[in-house]
Amino acid sequence: MSDDRFRAAVAAGVLTGEGLHRSLLQSIVETARAIFSAKASSIFLLDEAAGELVFEAVAGHGSDELVGRRFPAGTGIAGWVLTTRQPLVVEDVEGDPRFGREAAESTGYVPKRLMAVPLLHEDEALGVLSVLDRSDDVRFTLAEMELLGRFANQAAIGLELLLRARRAQEALEGTGELAALARVAGHLDRLPEERRDAGLRLLAELDAVLRA
Amino acid sequence: MTAAAHAADREELPAWSLPADAVEQARLALSWPAPLSREWAFGGATGAGVRVCILDSGVELGHPLVGEVEQSWAVSLGEEGESIVEPDTAGDMCGHGTACAGIVRSLAPDCELVSVRVLGEDYKGSGKVLMAGLRWAIEQGFDVVNMSLSTTKQDFAGLLHELADSAYFRRTTLVASAHNMPVESFPWRFSSVISVGSHEADDPFVYYYNPDPPVEFFGRGLEVDVAWLEGTTLRCTGNSFATPHVSGLCALILSKHPGLAPFQLKSVLALTANNVDAGS
Repeated sequence: MSDDRFRAAVAAGVLTGEGLHRSLLQSIVETARAIFSAKASSIFLLDEAAGELVFEAVAGHGSDELVGRRFPAGTGIAGWVLTTRQPLVVEDVEGDPRFGREAAESTGYVPKRLMAVPLLHEDEALGVLSVLDRSDDVRFTLAEMELLGRFANQAAIGLELLLRARRAQEALEGTGELAALARVAGHLDRLPEERRDAGLRLLAELDAVLRA
Repeated sequence: MTAAAHAADREELPAWSLPADAVEQARLALSWPAPLSREWAFGGATGAGVRVCILDSGVELGHPLVGEVEQSWAVSLGEEGESIVEPDTAGDMCGHGTACAGIVRSLAPDCELVSVRVLGEDYKGSGKVLMAGLRWAIEQGFDVVNMSLSTTKQDFAGLLHELADSAYFRRTTLVASAHNMPVESFPWRFSSVISVGSHEADDPFVYYYNPDPPVEFFGRGLEVDVAWLEGTTLRCTGNSFATPHVSGLCALILSKHPGLAPFQLKSVLALTANNVDAGS
């Protein structure tokens, strides 16, 4: 069993779920939407096993009902961005064969123009950040594309943290040895100071025994 | 050991040194005018005789803006992780490769185009396929390999660096797209390749040498009308589309000056760039 899984289990015991990471993603889409004066901005997570993209954070149109909604990953502009791992700016989705009209219609909002950028962690595409209907006043230049890329880096880190928190949470809720370890870490973290000190002394003894 | 045996022995070794009696053999016919002009570099050139490999998502056959594609290959990994290169009948998985091929064709109408598909099978782990495809392309001795793609996986950087160097020594010029996002990726960051980012002018023959690398050149990459799937065209932006502009220029230069080594080709490009006296 790798060190990483142990660390994740310990972290799971100490961290409080995924709420904080989710607010980070929400703050990123809200800022992206404001900077580009756009109608909406979303972060999608790729669920590779299901071959689907999942709305993880939405700002603007659809923010109330879209989180958790899924659609096929291989289709549309998001699918293209995932495959090529390159950002894409489309000024007129009507004339673009990559545009998945059905998927857009199912969200209740069909944009006229769209910017999408892959969320990369090492060699893996974790998802997509999209910005819908940027304001007419924001002329598209290469600088806009670079700015979008910077948001994507931030969003990718947020998404990776969210995924780690979920994996850690799974470890915590499981029945295996990692879950026990995670619970111990959690208990310890939440104990009053004197009892935590006693617990830490006990763990130090255990550490010495195991190491011997 | 006799002197003759020494000499025979030496011939089997790589040329680590240049003995005085070998200087004449190393003499090259290349002469460079001063100042270097675009007319000298590629005036009247069509790309004829130059083999350009499009390492990408495949190329759609029969697209009017692409014209003839001499060969199409697909790269995949076998069960043991071994690379498999076989004739490709799937065409283009997403349009990206067709776009690149069309741009090269628009600059160098008579060059030979070969498609090697390394992109589009899945969403992750494309680095290994990319490397297998690049290795194969280098072995085929293409004059120019257009790589409008890169890998962000650090583990592959060392091997990719070796591949880029081996291409360099075999006179295969790799023209590699800088990533469109501020991320570390390869092979465009290596000095043995010609790396390309985008500028905003709408002229395919405008190109700049960047005095502040790692991106060494800027080509046309903003709102380019490119060849797309099913015989269509599409307006696209990004370094992916700037790169084949520079590949096309390389094909033109090589068709007029066959046998230029990658560093010589890079020098010709730099000296004829729009922001350099001779090119402006």
